[in-house]
Formats: sequence, C-alpha cells, structure tokens
Amino acid sequence: MKVLMFGWEFPPIKSGGLGTACKDLAKGLSNRDIDITFVMPYVPENHADEHVNLIGTNRLAKNFTVKKINSILTPYQTTDQYSEAKNTILYAKTGQKDVYGKDIFNEIERYSEAAKIIATEEDYDVIHVHDWMTYKAGIIAKSISGKPLVAHIHATEFDRTGGNPNDFISHREYEGLMAADIVIANSNFTKNNVMKAYNIPSEKIDVVHWGIDEDNPHYNLNYKDESPFKNGEKVVLFLGRVTLQKGPDYFVDAARKVKDHVPDAKFVVAGSGDMLPRMIEKAAHLGLSNDMLFSGFLKGADVHKAFQMADLYVMPSVSEPFGLVALESMKNNTPTLLSNQSGVSEVVTNALKTDFWDTNSMANKIIAALKYPALMEDLTENSFAESKKFNLDEPARKTIDIYNKAMNFCG
Amino acid sequence: MVDICFYFQVHQPYRLRQYSVFDIGNNHNYFDEEKNREICLKVARKCYLPTNLVMLELLKRHPDFKISYSISGVALEQFEEYAPDVLESFKELVKTGRVEILSETYYHSLAYLYSKEEFIEQVEKHKKLVKRLFNVTPTVFRNTELIYNNEIAKFIEGMGYKAIISEGLDNALGWRSPNFVYRPYTTDKIKLLMKNYRLSDDIAFRFSNKGWAEWPLTVEKFTQWANAVNGSGEIINLFMDYETFGEHQWEDTGIFEFLRHLPNEFLKHPDNGFVTPTEAARKFNAHDVVDIHNLSSWADIERDLSAWLGNKMQQSSIKELYIVEKLVKEANDKKLLDDWRKLTTSDHFYYMCTKWFADGDVHKYFNPYDSPYDSFIAFMNCLNDIILRLKEKDLKIEIKDN
Repeated sequence: MKVLMFGWEFPPIKSGGLGTACKDLAKGLSNRDIDITFVMPYVPENHADEHVNLIGTNRLAKNFTVKKINSILTPYQTTDQYSEAKNTILYAKTGQKDVYGKDIFNEIERYSEAAKIIATEEDYDVIHVHDWMTYKAGIIAKSISGKPLVAHIHATEFDRTGGNPNDFISHREYEGLMAADIVIANSNFTKNNVMKAYNIPSEKIDVVHWGIDEDNPHYNLNYKDESPFKNGEKVVLFLGRVTLQKGPDYFVDAARKVKDHVPDAKFVVAGSGDMLPRMIEKAAHLGLSNDMLFSGFLKGADVHKAFQMADLYVMPSVSEPFGLVALESMKNNTPTLLSNQSGVSEVVTNALKTDFWDTNSMANKIIAALKYPALMEDLTENSFAESKKFNLDEPARKTIDIYNKAMNFCG
Repeated sequence: MVDICFYFQVHQPYRLRQYSVFDIGNNHNYFDEEKNREICLKVARKCYLPTNLVMLELLKRHPDFKISYSISGVALEQFEEYAPDVLESFKELVKTGRVEILSETYYHSLAYLYSKEEFIEQVEKHKKLVKRLFNVTPTVFRNTELIYNNEIAKFIEGMGYKAIISEGLDNALGWRSPNFVYRPYTTDKIKLLMKNYRLSDDIAFRFSNKGWAEWPLTVEKFTQWANAVNGSGEIINLFMDYETFGEHQWEDTGIFEFLRHLPNEFLKHPDNGFVTPTEAARKFNAHDVVDIHNLSSWADIERDLSAWLGNKMQQSSIKELYIVEKLVKEANDKKLLDDWRKLTTSDHFYYMCTKWFADGDVHKYFNPYDSPYDSFIAFMNCLNDIILRLKEKDLKIEIKDN
C-alpha cells in the first residue's frame, strides 16, 4: 500500500510533538511495509529518512515557481505569535535566517499549490494529512486523484487557543475534517472536541492513541549523574511549551503550595513560549526565585536528562489532545501527574491525575509523591512497566485498518 | 445425606473522602459521609432489603431452612445510622432461631496479622454489638476475607470458638474434598469449615455469565450438582458475599427467583438438609486434619493476601498505622481511637491494590477512588492527621507534668 502523506514537520526539523508523532507513525507503518511519501514545507539539501520518501516542497521541479517553502509556520503558532516565533524558535531550528515567508497563510497557500504537482506525479492509494496546515493540500490531492482522504487531527484550534480560535484556521480545520473520508483523532478527548467544535459525527472519527519509539537510544542511557541537584532535593518538572494550552501558571501556583510542605522541593520549567516572561515574574512574585528554575527550550538528550533528574513530571495542560511527553517521562522511569484534560490520561493507569484548575489537588498529589516513598516506588515501577505497552506498532496497525476502511468507502 | 451450609458476608466500610494534605491539622473529617450513606442506601434497596425478605419467606415456608451471616461492626453501625430498616429485617431473621450470626473483627480488619491485642479487642467489641442488637453470642469465627492458617485456627480455638471458616484451598486439601468438616493442624477441638468454591462461585460469580457453558443456571441443575455430593461428602459450604443477591448479580438476572426456589428443589431429596456453621460443628466429626501453614484468603485466583498487602503502598501504610496503635490507646480519646480503628478496615488497603490488570473489575467494585494511588494518598493524609492529633496530646501531657 502506498500513502501520500502531507505533514508540516518531521524530525530533525520540528518544534513540537507533531513532528515526532509523524515520524513515529511513519516508522510504524514502514515496518508494516507501507510505502510513504511524506511532503513537508522544507527539507534541507541532502537530508533523507530511512522510513519515508521525504519531499520538501522547496525541492520541487522547476516549473513550480516557488522553490523553497521555508515557512516559519509551526502548528502551534497563531498570527499574533508569528513574529515572535520567527525571532526565536525557528532560527535555532534550522540554522537559517533569511528564507521565511512573511505571512503564515501565504505559506500554506504555496504549500497547497505544490500539492497539485505532487498529487499528479506521485503514485498512491490513500492520502493522509496531518493537522489543518496540510488539509487544503489533502483536499486538492483528493480532487485530482479521487483517492480516499484521511485527516489526522493532532490538536484542534480550540485546544491551541484555549477556546479563542482564529477564524481562518478553524475554518480550514472544518473544511479538512468535512472533506475527509475518515478522521483520525489521537484520543477520545480530541474526538469529543472535534465533535463539539465542528459537529463531525462520531462514526466518522476513529481514535488512534500514540505509542513511543522504543528504539530511541536515550531511553537506555543513564543521565542521572549529570543532574545539577546533588543534595537529595526533590525535583518536580514541567516540560513543554510555556503557553496557555499547557497550563504553566497552574504549575507555578501548585509549586507555591508544595513549597510550604516540602521545603527542599525544586521546580524546573523546561520550555519556552509566550507566557515564559510572565511565569518568571510570577515565580519571583511568589517567592520561588530560588526554587524554580527555567531552562528554556530543550531538545535531544537534554529532554531525557531533564526527565531523569526529576522525581515527578507534571503535565498540567488545560487542553492536551494526547501528550506523548508523558509516555517519554514514564519510559525514562519518571512517574507522572497528568491533567484529566489530556488524551494520554485516558490510556495510562499508573499515573497521578488531577483537573488542571484544581491546584490544591495538584499540590496535594505532588506533596504525597515527594513525601511518601512507598507511593513513589510503586508509581515509578508500575508506570515504567506500563510504558512498555505503548509502542509504534499498535498505532500503525490501527492506521492501516483505517486506510483499508477508507479505500473501501471509495470503492 | 448432605447438608448445605450457607454463610453470607455483609460488610460496608467507612470509605475515606479525598482527604488532602491541606486538611491535615485543620479538620478530622476523614470519612465521606455522603458517599457512605448513599452506597449503604443503594445496597439496602438493591440487596439487603429484598434479599432479607426472600430469606424470611423461605424460613417461614421451610422449617428445615437455615442460614448464617457474618456482619461487620462497621456495617451494623452504618445500618443503625443510615438504614435502620435493614437492621430491623436482620433482627427479624435472627429471631426465627434458624439464622446464625458469626463472629468477626468489628472493623473488618487485618488486625490479626499486626496486633493480637487489637484483634482480640475488635472481636470482643463485635461480640458485644451482636449481643446488643441480636441478643445472641457467636460461637463460630470467620476472619476478614477468610484469611486463615493453622496458627490463626489455634488462636481462635484458644478464644473458645467451636469452628472457624476458610477457603476450600486445593493445595491444602489435595485429593480430599471440601465437603467434610475438618480439624485444623495442631488444634484439639475446633472444627474447620471449608468453602466449596466451585458451587459457591457458580452462584456468586458465574450466575449471569452468558459465556459460561452452564448458563443459565437453574435450581434443578444446581440441585443435581449438590445431590451428586451425596455419598462422597456430608456438607456443602456455600460461602459468599451477601451483595451477590441484587448487587453483584442484578435482579434481572433472575438471582432472586433462583434463591426463592432453591431450598424447595434441594429439599425434594429426603436426605438433604440445611445446617448452620455451629450445627455443622456439632453434627459432623472431623473427617481428617488439614494443614495450612501459609496465610490464605478467599480473594482472586491467588487466594493469598496480595490484594491487601501486595505492594509497597499497602505494606508501608498498614505498618505505619499499627506503629501508632499504642499511642492512640494511651491518648484515651474515644473519638481518636474510633477514627484510627476505622482506618484498620481491610477495604482501605484493597483500594490501594495495583494488580488491576488481571483481577481489575472485582477490585474496582465499590472503590470510591479513581486510582490506587489516590486511595493511598487519602489514607496517608488521614494517618498523618492522626499522628498530629497524637503529638498535640503529648504536648498537653508534658505541660501537665511540668
């Protein structure tokens, strides 16, 4: 089976979970002998991937007028955040400074135009698109080839914006979800959001929960000795974008409450985002300056180091469509406290859980984890054991079933 | 001839609320009164009241019909407070003279394993309550969750009981059948009644299971199986949770009809009858000696204690609970002692069980928490408040001494 996949990021070119999710899915599918052509806005010269045929629309044929679509659009940006992102994350990401477009919507139009050429030239049985930036490309490809369209939704615009969607984006999201033959949601949480926000019928949406790549060599490395905390401090970790969606302010509020009960607790905020300055100020204001450390955006081995130096990983997300990071934490032998407003909390049993807004409950559970060694031991052991359940094959298997179903729909 | 010996377990714990670290030192409201009342009333409506009614009818209709109950002290307390009609209906049953009440720990606790002194006190407290409410004195003992071994049997014999109850453990019985009365290893007089788990579980667990080859279970079929014991056994010990009727097996499964007609069908055979545990101990000689060295229970497939004491949370929380036993008693504070004792109830430890994936659904039953971790956290926070109360007491004593 051949799949034409439209995505926006693919490691190492990525800024968040979407890229990892696409790569992991592609790897799982490829292990089951699915051929994938993966289209994304920008692929550096000479870059290749073992599991997919990577096409950067920047490397398209001459008759396509725009040679590079080096969009700075990341799935997590809205127009307002565009210029900030341009100045921070993306320069670091690609090491290039002068190739980005000026308007995020313009970028998508160029990408979608490129889809026409690819959809005509490539050979495939099914079209699979990842999140709203690629939906138009998918719709175009379907109209050209008549092949079934599977729209994957990793996060809705409502998740990203805390319920204040950008109209253009949510419209694009809606169009793609409507045009798709089958929608894949990465959790029941996301499925419910899609049903609520866009009135998509339940029967049209299949849920595929994510797994993690066990081959990742970092999981087998011990970084504990590299921890800066040498005096037995208890370390509580926040790791993710410091944006409204991820609930960093609830984390800081909870930290204040924990501090009164566990004086030697340390809090690490790993990540960057528009709320970072405010969080730094807030921590200072609450008298946490010496106990809350802000590491900035982490990648690669540093992510695993952060997990391993932590006693507990807290994911206080306001709206977390899945939350792959929680599985990475478990795999690193660090137990988790998850917000109930997350997809991952549906499938993980051995975790502490709380509503994100209930900072008393959040603090209560953090304190218990830090103060009661038996809880920490059982939770760590069981959550590590449970992490083995989440591999790349199960999501791939389910996705292939969905491809087959979609192909049957389209005769 | 063969007799059926029915024993039904009746128990409701005082479930804890999500007592948080921020409650410690601020209030001592450990128990979720609303939820406990709600569950008590729900189970009363679905199980206790309708089943007691059926039992009373059966006792009136069949002069040979007999049953026994073990009702925990904390369940009786809750009936008194939340559902007095349930208590009245049990009293009415006992008044027939053919309903035996067994002895157990008042708080349905694991005290035997951690403090013999506390164990005896809880058994005596339960005995007093049973005497006050039913005007009878129990003579047969059943330990919480049928936790049993030789040593417990010996101890219970020392307390003057005529018989003790255990699971029908295959590895202890070997080729022998549970359908006889036995003598526990190293004891002199006490009799051992062992559960026929196959026939008990046919009713308690499999009754409504449509995937079971024997479904639907009719009274005729069950009686046939029971009659088959004739000649190779004397007694069929049918031990189960009373909540089997109407709660584990809902009314629409036909469980009440089954119960209503079983005695009539079973008594059609002239050699068949019913006995209570005390009667069984009197009527039947010990057939053989049964040696059970390791602690066992009636739970799960393992029939061990791992559902209560399997993980570190369970082990450490119960250990810390009993560490303060002496201080709690020295404090001479009735309310404090009662709060502490309500924490000894086995259910709190059951809720912390993490071996969910195999036996999950049974453990989740009536579990007031979303997770074993939350159960542990609430329990430990309560215990830490108790410790704080003890510290405050100590302070007062010091001041007095000075």
